Amino acid sequence: MLFNLVIVLMVVFSLVFGALSGNLTVLSAAAVSGAKDAVTLSLSLCGMICLWSGVMELMKRSGLSEKLSRLMRPVLSRLFPSAAKDADTMDALSSNVSANLLGLGNAATPAGIKAAVGLKRLSGLSSASDELCLLVVMNTASIQLLPTTVASLRASFGASSPFDILPAVWLSSLISVTAGILAAKLFQRFTHP
Amino acid sequence: MKLIGELAIPVIIAFVMVYAMRRGTDVFSGMTAGATDGLKTVLGIVPALITLLPCIYMLRASGAIDALCALLSPLLSRLGIPAETVPLMLLRPLSGSGALAIGSDIIKSNGADSLIGRCAAVMLGSTETTFYVIAVYFGAAGIKNSRHAIPAALIADLTGLLAAAFFTRLFWG
Repeated sequence: MLFNLVIVLMVVFSLVFGALSGNLTVLSAAAVSGAKDAVTLSLSLCGMICLWSGVMELMKRSGLSEKLSRLMRPVLSRLFPSAAKDADTMDALSSNVSANLLGLGNAATPAGIKAAVGLKRLSGLSSASDELCLLVVMNTASIQLLPTTVASLRASFGASSPFDILPAVWLSSLISVTAGILAAKLFQRFTHP
Repeated sequence: MKLIGELAIPVIIAFVMVYAMRRGTDVFSGMTAGATDGLKTVLGIVPALITLLPCIYMLRASGAIDALCALLSPLLSRLGIPAETVPLMLLRPLSGSGALAIGSDIIKSNGADSLIGRCAAVMLGSTETTFYVIAVYFGAAGIKNSRHAIPAALIADLTGLLAAAFFTRLFWG
């Protein structure tokens, strides 16, 4: 809903602002080049998105993502003590986090939903439990190790080394997810389930 | 730092392929099956970009984006945030394709290797579509009272955006 409003406001504002600043005549050219750039941009992103989806599928088929998911378990058991007692929920939870790390968006969401449903069942509450809030917060903070779409976006606009932003992305993500976990842990004291 | 960036992709591709081969997985059919899925992902992005980019380009051509940047620049420069990234920061939690569209517009207008272009890319790479994720997860679990999830998630977003601006300045400023 909010997003629909944003889109409509963008167009209305550009007309109003264009009229006020005398830029009205350039709007139609902008609309045309926007539509054209949308197609060329999609084409230039297409190769890398498909290549990386291929590598991810290979990780899944060879059991590598399953292995990573098992590595996550000790850390996750600490953050989610009630999920640690339920094998199915822990399974879904660890594959959600590892799929997020690998950038497997298509696999992360179903696993995350399964984990969310499991956490709700384990808590026996109708509102969100502390652990369910934590799961959602961790999923809203990006923890992707290789932001390939962003890198190919940079490449399509002529970046000399598209992946040189990696260390900055890793540090920012790490700080962001830590802040989210700390905020969730702090706020849970003041909101009652 | 540049080395990590340049080696990450080829090293990972080689590692995954060798691992898959040793485990007896069909490497070629795995890669092509994944690429087919990738095509579906791209097909999902194209209509969204075709809808959003003309809106963003019109807004920029009208001078509204520049005016907004000029207005917020004095305040944001104190925090070390390039004002040009404001539209991205506002759109990021609402829409993934919207963020991709505005991010591409910022990178195109300022240059991929400029400080602003890099900052936009790091912001895009280190944050998520918060409201979408919250809606999907709580919707699926049948939760109406989300308690502190939204404020905590927004704090994570804001921290991520500030950190992105900070590290971009630290590494390339």
